[in-house]
Amino acid sequence: MTPNQPTIGGRLCAPFAWAIPVTKLCGTLAITFFGLLLLTFLIGRVVPVDPVLAVVGDRASQSTYDAAFIELGLDKPVYEQFWIYLQKAVVGDFGTSMLTKKDIAEDIKRVFPATLELATVAILIGTIFGLPVGVLAAVKQGKLIDQIVRVIGLIGYSAPIFWLGLLGLLFFYAKLGWIAGPGRIDIAYEYSITQITGLLLLDTALQGQWDAFGNVFSHIILPASLLGYYSMAYISRMTRSFMLNELAQEYITTARVKGVAEWRVIWIHALRNAAVPLVTVIALSYASLLEGSVLTETVFAWPGLGQYLTNSLQNADMNAVLGGTLVIGAIFVGLNLVSDLLYAVLDPRVRSRND
Amino acid sequence: MKNVSRFMTAAAFAAITSFVPTAYAETPKDTLIQAWAIDDVISLDPAEVFEFTASEVLGNSYQPLVGYDVNDVSKIFGVIADSWTISDDGMTFTFNIKSDLKFASGNPITAADAVYSLVRAVKLNKSPAFIITQFGFNPDNVEANIRQKGDLSFEFQMDKPYAPTLVLYCLTATVGFVVDKELVVSHEVDGDFGYNWLKTNYAGSGAFSIREWRANDVIVMEKNDNFSGAMPAMARTIYRHIPESATQRLLLEKGDIDIARNLGAEEITALQSDPNIIIESGVKGSIYYLGLNQKNEFLSKPEVRQAMKYLVDYATIADTIMKGKVTVHQAFLPIGFLGALADKPFALNVEKAKNLLATAGLPDGFSVTMDTRNTPEITGIAQAIQQTMAMAGIKLELIPGDGQQTLSKYRARNHDIYIGRWGPDYQDPHTNADTFARNPDNSDAATSKPLAWRNAWDIPAMTVTADGAVLEADAAKRAEIYVALQKDHQETSPFVIMFQEIEVLGIRSNVKGFIVGPSFNDNSFRGVTKE
Repeated sequence: MTPNQPTIGGRLCAPFAWAIPVTKLCGTLAITFFGLLLLTFLIGRVVPVDPVLAVVGDRASQSTYDAAFIELGLDKPVYEQFWIYLQKAVVGDFGTSMLTKKDIAEDIKRVFPATLELATVAILIGTIFGLPVGVLAAVKQGKLIDQIVRVIGLIGYSAPIFWLGLLGLLFFYAKLGWIAGPGRIDIAYEYSITQITGLLLLDTALQGQWDAFGNVFSHIILPASLLGYYSMAYISRMTRSFMLNELAQEYITTARVKGVAEWRVIWIHALRNAAVPLVTVIALSYASLLEGSVLTETVFAWPGLGQYLTNSLQNADMNAVLGGTLVIGAIFVGLNLVSDLLYAVLDPRVRSRND
Repeated sequence: MKNVSRFMTAAAFAAITSFVPTAYAETPKDTLIQAWAIDDVISLDPAEVFEFTASEVLGNSYQPLVGYDVNDVSKIFGVIADSWTISDDGMTFTFNIKSDLKFASGNPITAADAVYSLVRAVKLNKSPAFIITQFGFNPDNVEANIRQKGDLSFEFQMDKPYAPTLVLYCLTATVGFVVDKELVVSHEVDGDFGYNWLKTNYAGSGAFSIREWRANDVIVMEKNDNFSGAMPAMARTIYRHIPESATQRLLLEKGDIDIARNLGAEEITALQSDPNIIIESGVKGSIYYLGLNQKNEFLSKPEVRQAMKYLVDYATIADTIMKGKVTVHQAFLPIGFLGALADKPFALNVEKAKNLLATAGLPDGFSVTMDTRNTPEITGIAQAIQQTMAMAGIKLELIPGDGQQTLSKYRARNHDIYIGRWGPDYQDPHTNADTFARNPDNSDAATSKPLAWRNAWDIPAMTVTADGAVLEADAAKRAEIYVALQKDHQETSPFVIMFQEIEVLGIRSNVKGFIVGPSFNDNSFRGVTKE
């Protein structure tokens, strides 16, 4: 702040009021990303895996090994390696993957749309089913339907997804033939569509290729439903809990005494208030899905971020791991930001505090 | 609440109707689709490729100077080379190139391409470079010693008169594949020999060209119209990355893939009764073994080493956990190699093992650890061995770990026992003798670190014998040397060699002509047809 800037009681005047939160946000983002990178970098250096092996393999001669060791910069002190990485990362250069031999940014651009598409469909399924189921369980607390919802939720928490995935494939794909098998799209369609966004549902729809759209849909529906089921289990449990809290409030009793219709009491009054914390629940569920579900991606041969990161981690491909970590960090930060903004939209008290 | 019920009913209906029955065609008639865990592919450059999947891809898309009959590997013939002669001193090969060959790009294949490919491999010095440099080449002398003599002729001058079969077999490895010099040079940047381009691109002359490689996703290959041999029936072939074997089985049963490459023992058994599936197999060169670190005070005792060889239930493991995927084999040269020893002197014999342990002064056994790669098969074998070792009082603690993690520890000689799998680098017996029976320097600072070094096994005499075998020009005498070496190795080495790998493929019954060769770059789908 310069001495000439107009202030009232030490606070910046309205034209500059945005500067403080934006500066705070930028500072928080910078510290978050720096912390993420530093931590991931250090973990990558302490894991007992020789990253040179991933590059040269088990049979390389000592001279080949030594050359790769130097090429990877591993002959330098760890702090220097981190500093070099940081300098490049700041200008968007995340290096080259040791495994795919491509720029990390290019790799992530290739694998992330697959995960984004799967996660988005899954969270839509999880939310569309989870919210009403949770509300229903709260309204029917202690009754049979509540118990059923709790059992469904319990299964969602405890059943291993790879097992459910294989069962789903066996039943819906192999036995009934209702859906397509693993992968994102059949080979017959793969080269007939132009990838614009990398989101195949969107790309096929934009190009009016409805046959291909149907094929993509039949590939995604099972893994998305499974992941959606897991999200639904979480969302419905949290919705039930928030709704029970709201339904016990005095304003609900007042509304009922005033003769407001029951559906209005539940869906308009109670759910609207419960929706505020639910936004965070849904945002965090979505963020978890966007990290990539490695087991789902493995069973369904889904070439997404989860498989990419796991494979990179197992081979100590630290450039890829760091790049992926940044993306995931950005997702969490971004979704937190969105949920904060939605708080203001949904909750007048937050709005008035901000005002 | 009626609205809630109505909403739930609508939601349930939407869920049910989303699973509309869909009809799926089988794979296209002119396309071969294989499911394989292709996450081992890290490069497509012949100077760098060493992994199974990429070796197979290159074997079908590039051509070597020489090749061998996969049914009788002693029959060596020219592929790009038309003929060759060897100088009287046995140190120089002169290769003549066939005159009518073209790369997929349309460029003619000349001696300049062959020389450039070999020089490039030596100068780039990637993992497989030692296959060529072991003949005395290095980045400084290679251009003088691998030299073009004419448009279709070049010389290959070595530092010693190595056995001709050794030289020729080494040239059949992927590192010896011939690349299109003009195309690669056009992509050179800062003297990188086009490496940064070729690692993800293609410059060969094989039956198929590589159209696209998306790491951990797909490899697409297309028929090379300039191929000099018989044209493949398939217009394209596609590898899809399907890491899960149960998923591969489902896809194969449904006909959405033509070949499944990573079937487990359970899947193989289940598919054997399916009339639409044929199970094909071929013996590969990889062997499974235990490496006993001689730095361990117990394992360094000769009687303990022998006792452990009697504490593995080879037959049961081969018939259950690894059913159909291995055959019992107990010598360091796999069956199919010159001089391979088929003797199997060891079987589970707890009493004999106990006696040997008592002779070693360990009648009550001892405790030891085994680093175990956390794959289902290796874990299964390790657990079976753990049980049989316990019968003689050896408490075997398994340390599970990721592949790279256990390998890092093994290479640093920080293990007690390592359960490993070793595949030969080329078809000559020296490839395995070099690592199992040679250890020129057992010090921690050694530059050469073969498997014998990793297990701290100091064998100066055996090293001399192995070194002598590579200079024996007479194939029969050479085979005798290797047989004797293996017998000695079986009795004295700290290696419990257990099995030889069998590669198993599940193939749709309408697919014919896939050849399973002794090494992965011999696997061929050039002749595949679909009914």
